Amino acid sequence: MSELFDCRDAFAQTLEELAASDSRVVAVVNDSVGSTKLKNFGKRFPDRLFNVGIAEQNMVGVGAGLANGGKLPFVCAASCFMTARAMEQIKADLGYSRYNVKLCGMSSGLAYGELGPTHHSIEDLAWTRVIPNLTVIVPADPIETRSAMQAIACHEGPVFLRLSRMPVPNVHPSDYQYEVGKSVRLREGSDITLIANGVLVSRALDAAERLARGGVSARVINMSTMKPLDRAAIVDAAKTTGGIVTVEEHSIYGGLGGAVAEVVATTCPVRMRILGAPGEFAPTGSEEFLLEYFGLTAQGIEKAAVELLQLVRGA
Amino acid sequence: MVHAAKLGHPGGDLSSADILATLYLAVLRIDRLRPEAPDRDRFIMSKGHCSAALYSTLAAAGILEQSALDTYMKPLSALNGHPDRNKVPGVEANTGPLGHGLPIAVGCAMAGKLDSAAWRVFVLTGDGELQEGSNWEAAMAAAHYKLDNLTLIVDRNGIQQGDFTESTIHLEPLADKWRSFGWNVRDVDGHDPGALLACFGNLPAAPGMPTCAIAHTEKGHGVSFARNRPEWHHHVPTAAELEAAIRELEEHAS
Repeated sequence: MSELFDCRDAFAQTLEELAASDSRVVAVVNDSVGSTKLKNFGKRFPDRLFNVGIAEQNMVGVGAGLANGGKLPFVCAASCFMTARAMEQIKADLGYSRYNVKLCGMSSGLAYGELGPTHHSIEDLAWTRVIPNLTVIVPADPIETRSAMQAIACHEGPVFLRLSRMPVPNVHPSDYQYEVGKSVRLREGSDITLIANGVLVSRALDAAERLARGGVSARVINMSTMKPLDRAAIVDAAKTTGGIVTVEEHSIYGGLGGAVAEVVATTCPVRMRILGAPGEFAPTGSEEFLLEYFGLTAQGIEKAAVELLQLVRGA
Repeated sequence: MVHAAKLGHPGGDLSSADILATLYLAVLRIDRLRPEAPDRDRFIMSKGHCSAALYSTLAAAGILEQSALDTYMKPLSALNGHPDRNKVPGVEANTGPLGHGLPIAVGCAMAGKLDSAAWRVFVLTGDGELQEGSNWEAAMAAAHYKLDNLTLIVDRNGIQQGDFTESTIHLEPLADKWRSFGWNVRDVDGHDPGALLACFGNLPAAPGMPTCAIAHTEKGHGVSFARNRPEWHHHVPTAAELEAAIRELEEHAS
């Protein structure tokens, strides 16, 4: 089994590197120095770590103000609180005002497991991807997390970077370079396409491996940029593979599945399966338990792909 | 402008007009030809609904073309009902939803402090707006970070959209609230340019503390039939009311 990594380590290390090379870089947190792994950042750059306390609306507004004052703020907090609590600030102060602030939503999806639905963040992609000017990125592994951090530091405009705390293997080669708006075809395939992002990309790859054993050739696309969406890759998948399964650690409403379906339905309609949390508050359980509960495993993805393929071929 | 657009918030425009005029014409260090220069003083209009007052002041200060005022809220105009910093020179933030200006101002002031910059940060909020909790989050942070380069001006006209503030959710004792949050508080007559100049002339009021100037104002100031009347929050004046109001204001000015 491949080695697993918490993407927050790559996040924190990269932020320190960015801060060391660019004096504009500052961090803003909401009493979340530990959970964002920024203790060392605070030691190295004590005057550039602003802890505003448990106050998310102020945290995002402060980010906009720091950008106004010439800084490059990375606002880091649990995704559930950052997005839900400060949505209007994200809309008006960042998206509409177009302030160059990087929101880093930590422990997203079902990462908080047993802590329950108050702490799950399976609505954040639906909320953020409707905000004009806001770029939305969901890295799949530490390599992509690091590269995406470097890319957004050079990208002018507000960004929502959605990170997890669930350990994942690296799915990209070490020299991979993330590009805003460009998806990555991680596996070639001609029968069906699996489009995933975030911590579930490695599971989609495992599912493709299982499908291959059953004689099904599955393409795997890492759609790490949710907005702007790589429409061309989606249209190509619809045209050349004839069926698409989307996989996300998010509600099946309004996230990756919705975004892909919007493109597919208006360009090249093909059958789809949208895998994610099925529009209900999760029961008690660890992240691993809940992913299994909702069928977000290699087996679950394989099963959905086989069923879809039968439907497509039978039609 | 409000009469022509058939939309707007004239009551609050008139309560904040003297504050805005004093700031832009005598206090703020902003190069009208380079309103985006990094070393400018920042002014953040948190009460974005009083855009007519802000746009008029920006025009009077030479930052915005006077002719732009005629397009206020017309289709495709840069002058939206609430200000857009990407379309209107001199606007720092796209405000409108209340309780946004002070947090942004706190972030600006933090940036200024980090650079030991000479530029200062001013923010104007309404008084009813202080019912938004985000202001008090920002108030705590401003005191904690000792942002003495930050001055908040509260347009204390006593009236919010639906009623008087004190019969909606009372704000008093307002000065005590700010003091208890660690701010240096000054009371000032918000319609007396001399008093406002004196208030803004020696800042910070106390080293290491943010300043809160509670500007006592009157909604609909200068217009006898609008003054201190809640319905003038967003009442659009008729042609006759407009003429009478202009006559009163001109008489007062002369």
